[in-house]
Amino acid sequence: MSLIAIDALKKSYGKTEVLKGIDLHVKQGEVIALIGKSGSGKSTLLRCINGLEQINDGAISVAGEQLINDELHLRALRLKVGMIFQQFNLFPHKTAGQNVMLAQQVVKKRPKADAVAMARKMLDRVGLSDKFDSYPDQLSGGQQQRVAIARALAMEPMALLCDEVTSALDPELVAEVLQVVRDLAAEGMTLVMVTHEMAFARDVCSRVVFMHQGRIHESGPPEQVFNNPQTPELRSFIGMTG
Amino acid sequence: MSQIGFADILWNLIMAAGWTVVLSLISFVGGGLLGIVLLFARIGKVSWLRVVVKIYTEVFQGTPLLMQLFLAFFGLGLLGIDVPPSLAAGTALILWTAAFLVEIWRGCVSAIAKGQWEASASLGMTYVEQMRHVILPQAFKISIPPTVGFSVQVVKGTALTSIIGFVEVTKAGTVLANATFQPFTVYGLVALIYFILCYPLSLSAKALERKMNVTHRH
Repeated sequence: MSLIAIDALKKSYGKTEVLKGIDLHVKQGEVIALIGKSGSGKSTLLRCINGLEQINDGAISVAGEQLINDELHLRALRLKVGMIFQQFNLFPHKTAGQNVMLAQQVVKKRPKADAVAMARKMLDRVGLSDKFDSYPDQLSGGQQQRVAIARALAMEPMALLCDEVTSALDPELVAEVLQVVRDLAAEGMTLVMVTHEMAFARDVCSRVVFMHQGRIHESGPPEQVFNNPQTPELRSFIGMTG
Repeated sequence: MSQIGFADILWNLIMAAGWTVVLSLISFVGGGLLGIVLLFARIGKVSWLRVVVKIYTEVFQGTPLLMQLFLAFFGLGLLGIDVPPSLAAGTALILWTAAFLVEIWRGCVSAIAKGQWEASASLGMTYVEQMRHVILPQAFKISIPPTVGFSVQVVKGTALTSIIGFVEVTKAGTVLANATFQPFTVYGLVALIYFILCYPLSLSAKALERKMNVTHRH
């Protein structure tokens, strides 16, 4: 039984078809890296999974919740799968703690005391227990991204979507965020991530999916994908990125 | 006929300036309240409501305030409704103010980064929850300087109501200028009064803007 099931997914922007029939099933506990050139559709695929992009054809479900484009169904689906963004997207008018608390209270209707306790626990988990009362602009990029991870985790999702979560970070801040993601993977969290960190993908992922021109071109365990690529496109992509 | 001295002129103008302030306040508060209602229609999910408000703002921004005052004053009179100048002035200015505020505020809402919508949506929030907890609090903050700045336009806009006979400071000035044959003195004082009313508003708008650029954005 797949936790995330994507079947025959098609997505177009106007006349440009960016996803041309994607089938991808992710089991609980799997860690998937989506790799490929920019424009290959990997970010779009990720954003389709939680309904940030409207799909044109096909079906998606997460933990049994179908992707149906109305508020009720979207909410049910988004409670199953969290998302972390390249630009962090913390709420700048709220402290780190309030960022983690807000959706718990508004969406899950958790009492404030419970939301506070959960926020402290999650901030502690990403190593930021002392930043509860800091505003986002008082935090480094790496810290902001870790707050964003804590915010997503506080909703207790079954899977997390990571959209190039280290691409906006200064090089010296990448490691602290990747460490948190690595810990999540080790704890059995289901992850689907778009990444340019090939070494990290090789290290942490259970499966690597190479996308090319809107299709899944090749996929497999990291050692196979990186050491023994079957298609010239993947060979050239890996050659490019080292 | 007794002589009208400088002190009399000044005193009468100050009294009339009270009505300028009252009309400005009514216009700004009334226009603000109407503007909030229109804002929700303008950025809401009902497409025909969005179109209606868009047309409303285009009409009121695309025609002179003076014409709007004439239409409120004479137009309603045509329908057999006897409109006192104060009512016509208040109505037209409220509608005019709302049309500008709704566009200022809509701009503030659309200035909020797309990522804020996406992050809050990903956390399962509905449109109304996103608006209430994430978008509007941020939009409100950035709307304060332009809103205060626009209040200056409202104060100056009230001058036009003198033409339909509402006695505020400009109308009082006209009457006094005719009676004293000292138009330069009288209108000089009128201008000074407007400046005294508007300058603190401009200053505070600038101060607010500076404050928001310098301090943390929370």
